[in-house]
Amino acid sequence: MLWKVLLLLGLSSAWAQKLCSPGASDGYKVRLSINSALGDQAYVWNENEMFLFRATLAFAMRTYSDGQEYDVANVVVCDETPRVSFWFVVTSPLDASLLVDKRRVEEAVRKSRSRINSAFLLTDDTLEFIGIPPTLEAPVAPDTPPWLIAFGVVMGGVGAGIVVLLVSSVVQKIRKKRDGEEETGGKTENEAASDAIYNMSFSDDEPVTQM
Amino acid sequence: LPKPQGPKWDNKVQYMLTCIGFAVGLGNVWRFPYLCQIYGGGAFLIPYGIAFVFEGLPLLHMELAIGQRLRMGSVGVWNSISPYLGGVASMLVSFLVGLFYNMLLAWILWYFFHSFQSPLPWRDCPLNLNRTGYVSECEKSSPVNYFWYRETLNITPNIETSGPVQWWLVLCLASAWGLVYICFIRGIETIGKAIYVTATFPYLVLTIFLVRSLTLAGATDGLIYLFTPNWETLKNPNVWLDAATQIFFSLSLAFGGLIAFSSYNVQKNNCERDALIVGCVNSFTSIYASIPIFAILGFKANENYNNCQNWNILRLTNSFNIGDENITVENYDVWFNYLNATDPSEVKSLDLKTCNLQTFLDQSVSGTGLAFIVFTEAVINMPGAQVWAVLFFVMLFSLGLSSMFGNLEGVLTPLLDLHIIPSWIPKEIFTGLMCLSSFTVGLLFTLGSGNYWLEIFNSYVGSMPLLIIAFFEIISVVYIYGIDRFNDDIEWMTGRRPNIYWQATWRFISPLMLLVVFVAYVVIEAEKRPTYNTWNPDYVHFPLADVQHYPEWVYVICVLLSVLPVVSIPLVALYKFMGFLNKYIMKRHNPNPYGNELCHGEF
Repeated sequence: MLWKVLLLLGLSSAWAQKLCSPGASDGYKVRLSINSALGDQAYVWNENEMFLFRATLAFAMRTYSDGQEYDVANVVVCDETPRVSFWFVVTSPLDASLLVDKRRVEEAVRKSRSRINSAFLLTDDTLEFIGIPPTLEAPVAPDTPPWLIAFGVVMGGVGAGIVVLLVSSVVQKIRKKRDGEEETGGKTENEAASDAIYNMSFSDDEPVTQM
Repeated sequence: LPKPQGPKWDNKVQYMLTCIGFAVGLGNVWRFPYLCQIYGGGAFLIPYGIAFVFEGLPLLHMELAIGQRLRMGSVGVWNSISPYLGGVASMLVSFLVGLFYNMLLAWILWYFFHSFQSPLPWRDCPLNLNRTGYVSECEKSSPVNYFWYRETLNITPNIETSGPVQWWLVLCLASAWGLVYICFIRGIETIGKAIYVTATFPYLVLTIFLVRSLTLAGATDGLIYLFTPNWETLKNPNVWLDAATQIFFSLSLAFGGLIAFSSYNVQKNNCERDALIVGCVNSFTSIYASIPIFAILGFKANENYNNCQNWNILRLTNSFNIGDENITVENYDVWFNYLNATDPSEVKSLDLKTCNLQTFLDQSVSGTGLAFIVFTEAVINMPGAQVWAVLFFVMLFSLGLSSMFGNLEGVLTPLLDLHIIPSWIPKEIFTGLMCLSSFTVGLLFTLGSGNYWLEIFNSYVGSMPLLIIAFFEIISVVYIYGIDRFNDDIEWMTGRRPNIYWQATWRFISPLMLLVVFVAYVVIEAEKRPTYNTWNPDYVHFPLADVQHYPEWVYVICVLLSVLPVVSIPLVALYKFMGFLNKYIMKRHNPNPYGNELCHGEF
């Protein structure tokens, strides 16, 4: 009896292995770059980490796919390399010989990408699903573009400065005119005395060539 | 009439700083290092030094001396030397250059306003409409290129397509003119105050950059590349021509700005020493600016080189499923040979790049390409990028602003001397009108094709007319005004007669050199039908530039721009000669022994 069970188990695992192969039409290749991401704090990739991966993927399928109860056994992995890369396929919980369609797997992975990344302390660049590009995050667009704020500050300062300078020159002119009027009243005596000292019309200050 | 009292410099320092600020401009930072690089590094300093000694310094001394002695702007100076020389040419050239120069300041302001964000907007490509990838124009070129050509300029594929006026560039141009106006509002009274900041700030920033850039990885590669002399290039006549034109434009001669500035001096001022100081500081600044520029370019080349190598490593790692980070830069060659031996076809299919540091260092750019593309890309990789970007653009802005003062004074002082302005218009209003009219004409550069027009103005207005004007300047001072009289003037002003060096250069060497440079320039330019680089996303080999010929009507405009400022010289001469002939003929017909129109001033 025992050998029958063992035979069945062996056959089923062999059958499962046939489902998963590099380049499988319903499978995806996964690539992890743990050393580049974590440097000194990199963990070693072993069986337990692989188990975590299969469990995370099963979680993703449960939550974001059709709601069936996917189990760790439904995620089949093969072709592991020292790169840390491998292929995986997902079998249906109802029938272990049926593969879940590629598109449903992709959808589930896309939606739970950040959860999968954080389970392994990696990012979109260092945990790659070949064939599933990460959804690019739109950059935060503030309501007023920041450059307009800087522009407003500078132009406000410039405008204020121009107004100040113009007003100050006008004030200066008014003040000069007022002082000039006050002075001419009492200046007549001194003018007559000082005017005769130097007569400009006899000095030739023209260093220019005229023709 | 020469200025009696009127505005003058508060102190000598203001005057020196203003001349230095006018001479030291954007060209010192983004043209000289480029020339140094493409003409064999340290070897370029030889033709540059020779041009400086035999062409730059004599012309500089002459302009400062003549402005100081005659105490008038360029129009008045030329009129004094001989009424047959109009002097309007300098004024026109200054006005035209001021138009496009302020557009450069507008672009610098645009980048400055955008440096207050994290991350810097030219770091990443924007996403396309359905967020699946990046905009294709950006992906094919680079984020920095895309930000400059598309988001800043919104450039059209060629000069015939004008495109609409870009409102954001109009805002930046308005703020540039506003900033210029506030410093220029009362002429040299306000310029003299502003210059303390705008002339000294660039040196502060250059020093900060110098210290920072020397600590970057790869800086020494850039510096070695810059200064390694390549003596072979001295045999190329283009080197000598470029050195002569560079020193000429770098010192901002023939604009009339220097004459205007020195006309506000007291007459007993040592202009010989001033000329030496301004000239030497200008050249020193060029060399001093090259060091951080090239250190940063070396850093950038190093980054590109590392990225290239890492890309190769990643390709190999992924393709052969080797452990992550097993292949490093150091053992790359060992791994490559091993993998090539085991599976050469696979290695070949990877299309690995050849990474050569020298190729990255050879990528040389000048002008707006250096400031807005190469430098902005380098700044992204420096920690604290926003600070460096802000510092850099403020430095460029103050360099350009102090040069703009010279351009505008080259227009304002002659207009004041010609007494065209009615005296009831206050100076503030008049300078405001000048800025407003320049702004209105400058809106041409805010069109989609604005960058192409700016290149035209830069090449055709800012080059040939200046050479011609300078040639006539030196000929008229030496031979019409009289070199002996000029020597007497300088002796009266400085207390010392100019020595044999100045005599030889003023009489023969400088005019001859100017003539040779001008002829060589015309010959080289006339040989090739002018073409220009366009940014055309639909071009087959995009992002390489699509080289186009100028259409006929544009070519006519180019020629007009070169000829119009200069044609005023013979035109005014003709006009005055007509007037003189008229009087002479009338006098012959009605002899009047008591008339003294012809004898006016002969005593």
